[in-house]
Amino acid sequence: MERREFLKKCILVVAGASVPVSALTLIDPKKVLAANPDIQWAFLVDTNKCVGCGFCVKACKTENDIPFEANVSRTWVERYVYTKDDKRYVDSPKAALYGYIDSRIDLGRGEFKEIDPKNVGKAFFVPKLCNQCSSPACTQVCPVGATYKTDDGVVLVDRSWCIGCGYCIMACPYGARFFHPIAKVVDKCTFCYHRLSKGLDSACVNACPFGARKMGNIHDPEDPITKIIMNERVGVLKDEFGTKPQAFYIGLAQEVR
Amino acid sequence: MVEQIAQQAMIVHGEAWTIKELFTLPNEYIYWSIQIVMYPFMTGLVAGAFVLSSLYHVFGIEKLKEIARFSLVFSFALLPVAMMPLMLHLQQPFRGIHVLMTPHFTSAISAFGIVFLTYAAIVATEIWLVYRKYFVETAQGLMAMENRSMIDNGRMMIFQAMTLGAWDISPEAVEKDHKACTIMAGIGIPVACFLHGYAGFIFGSVKANALWMTPLMPVIFICSAVVSGVALCILTYVIVQEIRKYMARSKMARWATDTDAPNAEELEATKHTEVMISSNYLLYFMIAAMTLEILDLIFRGYTQVKSWDILREVIMERDFTKIFILQYGIGNVLPFIMMSLPGRTVRRTTVACVLVLFGVFMMRYNVVIGGQAFSLSFSGFMDYHLPIIPHDLETFKEGLFGALTVIATPFVLFYFINMFIPAFLKEESTH
Repeated sequence: MERREFLKKCILVVAGASVPVSALTLIDPKKVLAANPDIQWAFLVDTNKCVGCGFCVKACKTENDIPFEANVSRTWVERYVYTKDDKRYVDSPKAALYGYIDSRIDLGRGEFKEIDPKNVGKAFFVPKLCNQCSSPACTQVCPVGATYKTDDGVVLVDRSWCIGCGYCIMACPYGARFFHPIAKVVDKCTFCYHRLSKGLDSACVNACPFGARKMGNIHDPEDPITKIIMNERVGVLKDEFGTKPQAFYIGLAQEVR
Repeated sequence: MVEQIAQQAMIVHGEAWTIKELFTLPNEYIYWSIQIVMYPFMTGLVAGAFVLSSLYHVFGIEKLKEIARFSLVFSFALLPVAMMPLMLHLQQPFRGIHVLMTPHFTSAISAFGIVFLTYAAIVATEIWLVYRKYFVETAQGLMAMENRSMIDNGRMMIFQAMTLGAWDISPEAVEKDHKACTIMAGIGIPVACFLHGYAGFIFGSVKANALWMTPLMPVIFICSAVVSGVALCILTYVIVQEIRKYMARSKMARWATDTDAPNAEELEATKHTEVMISSNYLLYFMIAAMTLEILDLIFRGYTQVKSWDILREVIMERDFTKIFILQYGIGNVLPFIMMSLPGRTVRRTTVACVLVLFGVFMMRYNVVIGGQAFSLSFSGFMDYHLPIIPHDLETFKEGLFGALTVIATPFVLFYFINMFIPAFLKEESTH
């Protein structure tokens, strides 16, 4: 056979084979199921109930093997203080791991500011975690597909495949991602996927003594959490990025970013 | 021991060089540090060097012949270095190959493998076409030699391999090479621009980052890439010509003892014309780059969207020296004036090129580090402190010495590549 002839036949075989092979992917049963999954996990934070005790952060770090003293966390609590002279202070010392035991505001660089209690206009706590967005920016930018969205709506990281480039950290508008100090790969909140899949609540939901954190299946209309999300006024963080977050907040102030 | 490991584990990636101020989210650090500044800087040099060489090959600007060939070889030496900062920055460098093997195509970075390899193939092909005649002649010369030494045998084998079996050097065949070379250079320009434009896209498409997100980013990156590439080529060319002049005078190198070797005056004359013409192109691209950058800044200031408050504080106050004095002042305006004033000399142009390179580096720095200088909460700031004395692998890789390693590598590579693909050849061996 001539070389030219051989190459021609090769092209023909490849072109011919690609048609039936592509049909196989067209009827991928996993994709059919994913189009209409029974479960879509959503998170509900009632900011009115949060007192900033930090139990959720402790529980999360213990459950998910994040070094306790390391200055990163899958979940954290922010404190907002507005003074009567129209100033705004925010802090989250050590991600609120030890709660807000100090009344002074952490200004960074080792500086703290005492605020006169009489001058405080309003103050509140906002727990935060990964929003498990419906159209996540982080999974889009991963160059190797090491971070992905499961069919039930949770964004996970494959620790054996992550190359540690940090592009997803840059892409996340919520600062939910970080490098795990020991695993040396990207880490993030998984809604405690290992617990969810066994029918358990996530560690932070379990640890919250005031019921400020709740979780439910938003595709189940009978789920009490779904009912709250559907019937009450809830907000999401930074919707301007179009990521469609799945963590909903009751009592969200517009200054919370 | 266990305690030591536990202590080390406490330091999170990025914590060693980030100083946080006011309210920043707990997981926020300057994750993309000096190596990510080096990455667009180095790819920019690659793309720019190639564009300079294409000016001769595609547009037939004859006067640029020598610097064009030099920049082609130099851009080949720069190529592997474009990848180096990425590898040094990865937390899992051994998995870096995944980007090429299992690319996830929704990511801008995944294009890297394809664009980079295409570009590498084009540069390699073009070099081969330009130097094929030289390879064949050298290989034939070595083959005709009697009692070859070990080194000569090795060289012969390498040159034989480099001919790729194409031994025909009749005038028609060489003419064909020449045509193919023009086509390759023609394809190469858009690919080189794409290589760098997409580096800009990597930043410009990050919607979470208020400073980076602009569709102008790829265009700004391309223009400044050409600026930096041309400047580096002029600078290196001048230095190499000075060394050659010295060698020609003192007859230090083997080529200098040839009867038809260029003498110091001839070298000086070619250097002068080539530098003058290249620096004209440098000026044109500088105007484009500066216009776009200023346009971006003015547009942000004029539209004043939500992020402007914090951006204004970063640009106008915290990073004022880095942006307006170091980048625009010393890196752009000063060399621009130096080169556009009448009576331009090679020496003045060379100094201007050093400043231009510094300016483009500062531009990359201000984009990459400046983009991470403020918190996603818009209520706090992060300060970057470049690790100078390394105390572990991480502070070496992502510190001053890591960056210097990246800068030094292309020159070392050029030295070795130049042994087989000499950037300076007598006229008849190449085209």
